[in-house]
Order: sequence, then structure tokens, then C-alpha cells
Amino acid sequence: MNNNAVLLTGAVVIDESGERQLDIRLRDGVIAEVGEALVAGDEEHLDVSGCLLAPGFVDLHTHLREPGMPEAETIETGSRAAALGGYTAVVAMPNTDPTQDCVEVVEFVAKRGREVGLCDVRPSGSITIGRAGHQLTPFADLAAVGVRLFTDDGSGVQDEGLMRRALEYAGELGVVLAQHCEVASLTAGAVMHEGECCSHLGLPGWPALAEELMVHRDIELSRLTGSPVHLLHLSTARSVELVRAAKAEGLPVTAEATPHHISLNDEHLSSFDTRYKVNPPLRTIADIEAVKVGLIDGTIDAIATDHAPHPSAAKDRPLDEAPPGMLGLETALGVARAHLDCSWQHLIGAMSWRPAKIAGLSDSQGRPIAVGEPANLVVIDPDAEWQVDPHALASRSSNTPFVGVDLKAKVRHTMFQGRVVVRDGIATA
Amino acid sequence: MTSHFRSIAEAGTERVRRLLDLTDHMAAVGRRPNPKVPALRGKTVCNLFFEDSTRTRMSFDLAAKRLSADTMTLAVSSSSVNKGESLRDTIETLDAMGVDAFVVRHRTSGVPWQVANWSPAAVVNAGDGWHAHPTQALLDAYTIRQRRGLTNDFTGLKIAIVGDIRHSRVARSTTEILLMLGAEVIHVAPRTLLPPTSHVPTTADLDEVIDEVDVLYMLRMQRERMGAGIVPDGGEYSRRFALDERRASALRGDALLMHPGPINRGVEMMVDPTELSQSTILDQVTNGIAARMAVLFDLLGSGEIEE
Repeated sequence: MNNNAVLLTGAVVIDESGERQLDIRLRDGVIAEVGEALVAGDEEHLDVSGCLLAPGFVDLHTHLREPGMPEAETIETGSRAAALGGYTAVVAMPNTDPTQDCVEVVEFVAKRGREVGLCDVRPSGSITIGRAGHQLTPFADLAAVGVRLFTDDGSGVQDEGLMRRALEYAGELGVVLAQHCEVASLTAGAVMHEGECCSHLGLPGWPALAEELMVHRDIELSRLTGSPVHLLHLSTARSVELVRAAKAEGLPVTAEATPHHISLNDEHLSSFDTRYKVNPPLRTIADIEAVKVGLIDGTIDAIATDHAPHPSAAKDRPLDEAPPGMLGLETALGVARAHLDCSWQHLIGAMSWRPAKIAGLSDSQGRPIAVGEPANLVVIDPDAEWQVDPHALASRSSNTPFVGVDLKAKVRHTMFQGRVVVRDGIATA
Repeated sequence: MTSHFRSIAEAGTERVRRLLDLTDHMAAVGRRPNPKVPALRGKTVCNLFFEDSTRTRMSFDLAAKRLSADTMTLAVSSSSVNKGESLRDTIETLDAMGVDAFVVRHRTSGVPWQVANWSPAAVVNAGDGWHAHPTQALLDAYTIRQRRGLTNDFTGLKIAIVGDIRHSRVARSTTEILLMLGAEVIHVAPRTLLPPTSHVPTTADLDEVIDEVDVLYMLRMQRERMGAGIVPDGGEYSRRFALDERRASALRGDALLMHPGPINRGVEMMVDPTELSQSTILDQVTNGIAARMAVLFDLLGSGEIEE
């Protein structure tokens, strides 16, 4: 048996150029052959009739928690969760301990990702040292070792002057700054969305305005500096409107939304279940509808998970003490498909080639299905209906709110650099 | 499924009316020379107070003892709980000692719901964050019923709740029970002390309503809210929202003056309420024991109250 080759037959292939029925043969990490009715050789043969075959997913927003929080997640467990979710690349958020604000930490994360070898782990860099909001990180040094996306995610850059200088400095380096949009002075102590539900529950509110002010500010800073800005996890209707208007003007603004912000609303907090505490918070049904429209019409470019593992010991605390965040990698496709009424090509684009371009990864991710292209691929069973088993997650944590929820479409196989890393929904390593 | 008493809405109208009748019965027990009954003999009630509240804790403790339950009390400020031990660990440990009911007070909304997920015991909410204080609501409604000689129908009563509505579990729960019983409720506060949204009428002008209400319910104003960008200073707050001599004389003779205690004299109360015939403040304290006896008996009792 030839271990360096795989034959996939019977799939509907979907990439940026469209859909067609094709068999493909992978060899030595690339797509070696495409055609109708390819003949099986001595390699592994996966009959994927009835399935969709597409470039692997790219997550712009993954918290892998290593270094620093191995009880929540490690690069290994997070990479496995990513592969099971169909991801062949993840952008690792910088709020590790120590912070990904210098070459040493960034290189550690990238190296550990390569050793694990289940997906492409691309560390982001923080915008400021220690994500403290005061001093810029060495963008050029970090870019030289492969960092393409910078963010202080977990908090927004509060200082307008600093953010302006960061955008000016980043512009000439060909990297993108990504903002966690939250004006901190409006969200002190906040646990959930500010509105009717928080009034009733007596929980401190996180007003939509706190996000929208910073969305507006960064759009204007992007206009001023000409530098691209990517807006992380948009959650409000007005944010979507602001981005739509900015794009209509041709400003270099991109945006993402999470599966949970198109599927869960603030009323879930009525159960006081800390799994629903997330930042930005779950919003109203009207916001959910607006974010969905934004994803469907392309105002929001990408679906990103904001995969945020936390151990039970951290989540089993009062709502004000429990950290915000929920898992996302293993459920993203199933949630997105269940809640977004759009074509498969559009949905996969929002999870693959569009985020690949934003993250500066389009040399190896989100590529066309064609001879010579890197074999980073996902095979999807489009008709699967399933529920998540919280005990069977690859992630080290189990803080998913989607237990008992009907999900649609499931990742069947994932190929990373030509190797089958997930076969029939099970990680091979 | 174990029953709890965590909010007025969760209890529902039928149960609330039953509890008010039961409170009336317990109040009669309390007036006897020997106010103790054997109803909960052999039951264990654990008072779990993560926030200082001597009055509520003592009221619950006495209520349980008058029903002959065994009681134990854990009173710790939540900040002093060992950082390594989660709330869940604490509950599971206490539960293993054999607890029939947890009486829970916590500075954070929702903790009684979390406790109920981690223990099979009944949970009584003794105040969670800004969210709910349903035994306070019960004793307030019972006090109005008693003083006005009403049954459980408050139709036609107009009640103004004055002060820090936003941060008040008392305001939320007492509003809920009063609306449930058919009363009309208005919240009186500056915008900064109202919740983001309100489902009852609101005003910032106490003088506009003071002479027409059947009940004036004054809330405790926390001194730490003043000067913290929520209200400018205590003097201005008092001038706008405190009960002073002029406002006390505007109050109708048959109106009731209520307060959950403890009173912040010189902040929301510029007069001595014990000198006002309208004051129900000590009745509320007395009725609190009966209301908590009613709640504990309703959850843990079987059959008759008497032997």
C-alpha cells in the first residue's frame, strides 16, 4: 500500500470557482490527479459518494491556551479538535501566558503546531506588549517569522492614538490588525447583553453600543490610514450596518461572526448556565437575524469560531467569576449549516478561502481543487443530522452550549498536507 | 423533581397565594406562648450565606428552628472562599453531609439555580445579586395584606417603590409579587438607578406620586453608589428621593410606609419612621419569620404542621 497517496471518489467538489463531480488523487502532500472515474491503485481509497469535497476550513479565531493554560487546552488537543471540525489551519489567538508578543513565544507555538501536525497552527501576534494597550509589539520582527494577523483579542485597543499608530506602522508590512471591539468603560463588570433580559435577571449589561463605537472608530481609522482592519466576532445589527456602509465605500475592512452569535440569544442566560457567558455576549433575536443577513450577503466575510476552552473548575463558578467563552471548533459547521440559509459554496467560502485571504494564508489554504495544489481538504456529509456528545470531544474542555441541539452536516474526513488526519469522523492521531 | 423557592415568577400565582395563606397560619403560631412546632423534625436546613446579611440569616435560622429543623450555617464572604475550591466543590461537600434544603444568599445573580444543579436538595433563594429575594417579596405582600385587611387580591392598590431599583433584588421580587396579586406599581428613581429597561411605569419625581399611593416602599440606598458616577452625591439624592418631614406629611394617613431594612438614616430616610403610624417596618421583620417558615414547610413538610 502506498502510504503517501489517497484516492477520493464520487464527491461533489466545491471551491471558489464552483461545483462539479470529480475524483481526486492525492500524492506527496498535493493534489496529483483530478478527473472522472479515476482508477484505484495501491493507495487508500475513500469512497465519498454523496459527500462534498472542499478546501479545508481556516479559523481566524482559535484560543489554543498553550503556553500557559494546559488544563483548558493544548496545541495538541486544540489541533485535534480543529481537524475534527474540518479545519486545516487555525490562527492561534495571542492571549496565552506568556503573551504571543515576541518572536520566542510565537515560534514556540508554530513549532509545537508543526510537531503535532494535525493542522496548520498560525500564531497571531498581539498588537501591544502583554496585551496591556500601551506599547506596540515588534510587528516587523514578528512578520518576519510568519505572523500575518495581529490582535489584542480578549480586549480591544482602547487608545485611539495608539491604534492609529499601529495601523500606520502595520500598513507597510502587509499584515492585518484585527480588533476585539469593546469600549471597556461601557462594559465594566458586564456579564451579558444589556437589554430586557439583563434588566429582568439583575445582571450587569454589556451594551451593543460598546461594540459599535469601536467598530465605527476602527472603520474611520482605516479610512485615515489606508490600512486594512479586520473586525472580530461581530454581534450586533448596527455593527453589521456600519461594516456594510464601509465596504460600500471601498474601505479595506473585513469582518467575521461566530456560530454562536447566529444561533443563541441572550435569553439563554435565564438558566444562569455559565456556558452561555461569552464575550461579546449573546445578543437579541434581531441581532442574530442581522448577523445572518450580513454573512449571507457577504458584509461579514468569514465564520470564525472564537473557540475558547475553559475547564469545569473555572466555569462552575458564579456568573461574574466564570470566564467568558465557549468551544467552537468541533461544532462550527453543524451550527452554521443549521442556521444559515445559503448555498454550500457560500458557506464553505466563509469558512475556507475568505478567511484564508484575511489571514494571509491563501498560498496554502482555501486553494482551488486542482492538480498541484496543496492537499488541505475536507470531506463533508451534507445530510448528516447529529448531536454533540460532550464526553467525546477532542478538546480538553467541554464548555459547549450545543449539547442536545440538532446540528446539520458533519465533517467526515479531513486531509492535511495530503495525510488523512480525520477518517470517518475519528482523528487518526 | 425537587421543588425550590427561587423566584416569584418561578413559584407561580397559585403557589404564591398558598404561601401567603400559610404565612398567615405561621404568624398565628408565632403569637402563641410556645411558638415552636415539630413540623420539620429530623430535617436539616443549611444556611449558605456568601454575603453578609445578619438579619436575613437570623430570620431564616429562627424560622427553621421554630419548625424543629436542624440548622447549620456557613457564612463566608465569597471572596474569602479558597480560590482553589469552586462553588460546586463547596456545595457537593456540604451535600454529602446530608442536607434537605439549602438557603442561599450570594452577591451574584443565579447562584441558587447553579446550586440546584449540583445538589438534589431543595433550594431557597435568600437573595441573589440584583436578581431576586422572593421571601422578602412574600413577607412584604403578607404585611400589606395584614395591615390593609385584604385577601390575596391587591387590585386597586397603588405602590411606589423608591430608590436604587437597578441594583435591588428586593425591588425586582416585590414588584413581581405585587403585579401578580393585581396591584399597580410605579418605580421612582433617577435614570441611573433604573434597570436598562422597565416593565412598569417610572418617574424621577417622588412628589408627583407621594400623596396618591397606598404604599410607599423606600429602598436602602448604598452609600458606595454615591459619588461613583451613578448619583452625584448623597445630599442631592436625599433632596430628590428621601422621605423628609415635608414628604412624610404628604403621605396619606391610611398609606403604608415600608422598607426592607436596614435603614440608612440621613440618606433615604430623614425622619424617624418609628414615629410614623404608617410605618410597617417592624411588622415586616416579624412577618419575615412567618413567611420563611411557610416556605420551608411548603418545601420540606409532609402533612400537618402540628403533631
